[in-house]
Amino acid sequence: MPEFLLLALLAGVSVAVASGPLGAFIVWRRMAYFGDTLAHSALFGTAIGVALQIVPTIAVMVVCLVLALLLVALMRQRQLAVDTLLGIMAHSSLALGMVAVALFPQVQIDLETLLFGDLLAVTQGDLLMIAAVALVVIVALWKLWRPLLAITIHEDLARVEGVPATAVRTALMLLIALTISIAMKVVGALLVTALLLIPAATARRMTRTPEQMAVGAIICGVLAVIAGLAMSWYLDTPAGPSIVISATALFLLGLIRPMSSHT
Amino acid sequence: MSVAGTTELVSLKGVSVSFGKKNVLENVDLCVEKRRIVTLIGPNGSGKTTLVKVLLGLQEVSSGRVQRATDMRIGYMPQKLHIDSTMPLTVGRFLGLSGANAQQCREALQRVAVAHLVESPVYGLSGGEMQRVLLARALSNKPDLLVLDEPVQGVDLAGQELLYQLIGQLRDELGCGVLMVSHDLHLVMAATDEVVCLNKHVCCHGSPQSVTANPAYLQLFGDKTAFYNHVHDHSHDLHGEVCAHEQPQKGSGDA
Repeated sequence: MPEFLLLALLAGVSVAVASGPLGAFIVWRRMAYFGDTLAHSALFGTAIGVALQIVPTIAVMVVCLVLALLLVALMRQRQLAVDTLLGIMAHSSLALGMVAVALFPQVQIDLETLLFGDLLAVTQGDLLMIAAVALVVIVALWKLWRPLLAITIHEDLARVEGVPATAVRTALMLLIALTISIAMKVVGALLVTALLLIPAATARRMTRTPEQMAVGAIICGVLAVIAGLAMSWYLDTPAGPSIVISATALFLLGLIRPMSSHT
Repeated sequence: MSVAGTTELVSLKGVSVSFGKKNVLENVDLCVEKRRIVTLIGPNGSGKTTLVKVLLGLQEVSSGRVQRATDMRIGYMPQKLHIDSTMPLTVGRFLGLSGANAQQCREALQRVAVAHLVESPVYGLSGGEMQRVLLARALSNKPDLLVLDEPVQGVDLAGQELLYQLIGQLRDELGCGVLMVSHDLHLVMAATDEVVCLNKHVCCHGSPQSVTANPAYLQLFGDKTAFYNHVHDHSHDLHGEVCAHEQPQKGSGDA
């Protein structure tokens, strides 16, 4: 296997491992729009990364984390609904990105890479960072699993039982922000939510516990990465969209099978 | 009444809560002791839910004092628990989320007579089953105080009576205090030691008999309670509110 393909495969698999369980939380908590909002900020992150000569992925990561914290802070007020806040943040950050690109003439951004990812161009350095972030996400999820489930089901009940709900919820948002910033490298800003949502939705139909669904989402994600890369290799299609198509194909296959009984 | 200070689990003195300029609770006194069932009744918007949150420590008070017994474990049964159909979750796993171990969960389910549901998905339980499962979760940590927010909602009449009986038995077994919120003015009267009638402030409180005869209570709830021992003297509208009677019936029964 050529090295670039191996790097792409390992990077894709790492992202799938982190995004599987987080995707399940996004499905359970109906946070799909949160992922999209963060993806909208990618242009801004990349632009300031290039302008300030920081590795763009790290700049994107920082911008995503700041947006996640901003959302947690804004959610404390009760006047505006969360989707309104997300809409404001998504479009402001996209506009900010476009203005930043215009203001720094030295910033040349390959829009296609930004929007659809460039998995086949992943370097060893990229892979290292992606794998490290995936590891952090998985370890954090492992440690926080029960409180995360508890606040997802009923936040007040979890609080009464001693869960520091605000801190746990903030941690979840930060983990999602981290994962989205690395997933953007794989499938690009436009398709990043798909990588979180589709494998989790596919796994739902075959599982009876939250843990099974999280692991199932990882498996579906990894299968989609492998199939997508194979498709990209043999048909010369762009890798990111091929992975998303593979994930969707898996989802459709899952629909044929009836929903497992007792679920 | 027991001696204050020895059996008090939680007590509120002059508690007020306001959101912005809106007063939700005004100068509320309330005390829940061990082995006593206190029922909170009041119309919608009377601040019942806010008061429960104050008791649970989820809501800061604007003024007044909240005192809790030290090391008190609270079992809480929330009013509504909507489990999204996207989350696969069995009853056993749901109970385990409280932090109780498998043995404790099994015992709690057994105690409320739904042990057979342990492997069933939470999504799709009937109203009565769901309330019992929620009660089991509240029990699973062996609480000193049970806080039950509308524990019988969505349960048919016969089931409601059984649930109230069960709550009474649990109080005896665990020796815990119970604070219940209720809409139902009848069945609950038979199952409680003390009634607190809330409409932002405490209108009246005392034994069920004394409260149902209190003019403040009658003004708030009308004369429906003149039929205190009967069960079919009112109907519910779509929101579960008790519909007002056409002609007031005065003077009959216990009032």
